[in-house]
Amino acid sequence: MKLLSQDRPGGPLISAILVLLLIGLALAPFLFPGTRALDTAARICVFVVLVASYDLLLGYAGIVSFAHTMFFGFGAYGVALTSEHMGRSFAALGIGTLSGALAAALLALAIGLFSLRVRAIFFAMITLAVASAVAVLVSQMSALTGGEDGLNFQIPRALTAAQKYADFKLFGVTLNGKLLNYYLVFSCATVLFLVLLRIVNSPFGRVLLAIRENEFRAEAIGYRVVWFRTGATVLSAVAAALAGSLYAIWLRYVGPSTVLSFEIMIDILLMVVIGGMGTMYGAVVGAVIFILAQNYLQGLMGLAEGALQGLPLLPQLLDPDRWLLWLGVLFILSVYFFPTGIVGRLRRR
Amino acid sequence: MSDVLLATEGLTVRFGGHVAVDRVTCGFRQGELTALVGPNGAGKTTYFNLISGQIRASAGRVMLKGRDLTGLSVARRTHAGIGRAFQLTNLFPNLTVRENIRLVIQSKRGLGHDLWSVAAAHAEVAEAADRVLERVRLTAIADQTVTELSHGNQRKLEVALLVALDPLVYMFDEPTAGMSVDEAPVVLDLIAGLKAETGKCILLVEHKMDVIRTLADRIVVLHNGALAADGPPAEVMASEVVQEAYMGKALADV
Repeated sequence: MKLLSQDRPGGPLISAILVLLLIGLALAPFLFPGTRALDTAARICVFVVLVASYDLLLGYAGIVSFAHTMFFGFGAYGVALTSEHMGRSFAALGIGTLSGALAAALLALAIGLFSLRVRAIFFAMITLAVASAVAVLVSQMSALTGGEDGLNFQIPRALTAAQKYADFKLFGVTLNGKLLNYYLVFSCATVLFLVLLRIVNSPFGRVLLAIRENEFRAEAIGYRVVWFRTGATVLSAVAAALAGSLYAIWLRYVGPSTVLSFEIMIDILLMVVIGGMGTMYGAVVGAVIFILAQNYLQGLMGLAEGALQGLPLLPQLLDPDRWLLWLGVLFILSVYFFPTGIVGRLRRR
Repeated sequence: MSDVLLATEGLTVRFGGHVAVDRVTCGFRQGELTALVGPNGAGKTTYFNLISGQIRASAGRVMLKGRDLTGLSVARRTHAGIGRAFQLTNLFPNLTVRENIRLVIQSKRGLGHDLWSVAAAHAEVAEAADRVLERVRLTAIADQTVTELSHGNQRKLEVALLVALDPLVYMFDEPTAGMSVDEAPVVLDLIAGLKAETGKCILLVEHKMDVIRTLADRIVVLHNGALAADGPPAEVMASEVVQEAYMGKALADV
């Protein structure tokens, strides 16, 4: 309970789901064999942190930001650039991660102080503008960032499949650097999630709720709203940057479409809403459902289409090429039936 | 006078060409309950807003214990000792009654910047919140959210937040507005209790004359934003000018 900052998931069903997900992710290399499955699991770990950090902003502080992928990108490009220029080493990863997080913190501070004094909507507009500007810069400064092609870089051999740690297989899994890399991602993501959970349950987190509920009164009982909002922005930016660094280390690649694009921003928003705003645990549920749907819905529809061959209309509707349509339908349904998100719905008050 | 706690000096605010509060110079003493009266639009709430900082003055100063508060933000004035309850209920709607009060105590103790401890584990804050709940008789509904409360209980909580803040200057803006006849006395008893405590300076905007008569040590009358009369209740109420111009309607309401 101390680890969870006295914030229980609430309700036996949601607790059971979360425990299952935790076990699933912790043992993913052994439970779900194959590169694709492991890739999906790592992606889920990274996005849980990214979505949780956005929930801190949106669900707790009530601030709408469109710059979250930008901060994610800072962390990712930080690692890529240092690895590119310093050579493959853990030092490069460390320095890249720290400098990405620092850059994210400074920019978040500047945006926050500049725009949060006025109105929340103004902040949303500014983040949109800054994020677009950064995306354009990254694609234009191709000498440094690799432009639209992005950057492939090398990470220490200890974290790649080339490094073997044992001659035997454990439950059919080769003990190599890739496995170590997964557990690096998994454990960092777990720690970051617990830290975020701690922050939202701290006295500071309670003030964020108060500001979301009634900023006018929060000020009148002695909280300086601008500072708290800026603080939340900086914290969430740093967490997003750290998630970005993890993602880059896992992929050994960064590019605008994988870490900076506006589509990712929309994905994050959807994951927060589906999981449940202002619940933190919603980030886990939202990220898992969304990423599984993104990765496997198409294949599942292919199977369904095959099974329904010969029936009128149905095979056409379930054509794998229409998977985005069905993803959309799923979201509309989930928002309609769970307006407070899945965790919000399952949580007993 | 030396025991003046809060003073406004030539306090003025203009909105365009309209002078809403016009050079009000007034001092408020410790242990004194001052009722602020005047017809609607006289500038009572605006005067309150100038003191607590929601509106910035065009001219003049707000002094608390000799310290100039005029340039300070609302939050800083709160920490300096100005406490304000609002005419329209102004709470944290989706949080529980207990959490509303806990937030005030947490602010009072300067805990808001603490990122790492678990808020729910602060026993001293919880105990202080329980004491306030007990005192305002909201313990039974402490775990309901504000949206579930009756209007009367929301008004009570509005007052409770101020009790939890325990400021040097209590400012109540029509604390019993919209409350039923059975509910109002609870709030009024609470204010009377505060008055009995030493050192509390209380400002009260109120329309009900019977309330003013029983509670107030002094009446300040505002008219068109300016100070029109100031003195003990009996004297002010008896004054012909005041009665005709400003009290007639209010007295008729009683």
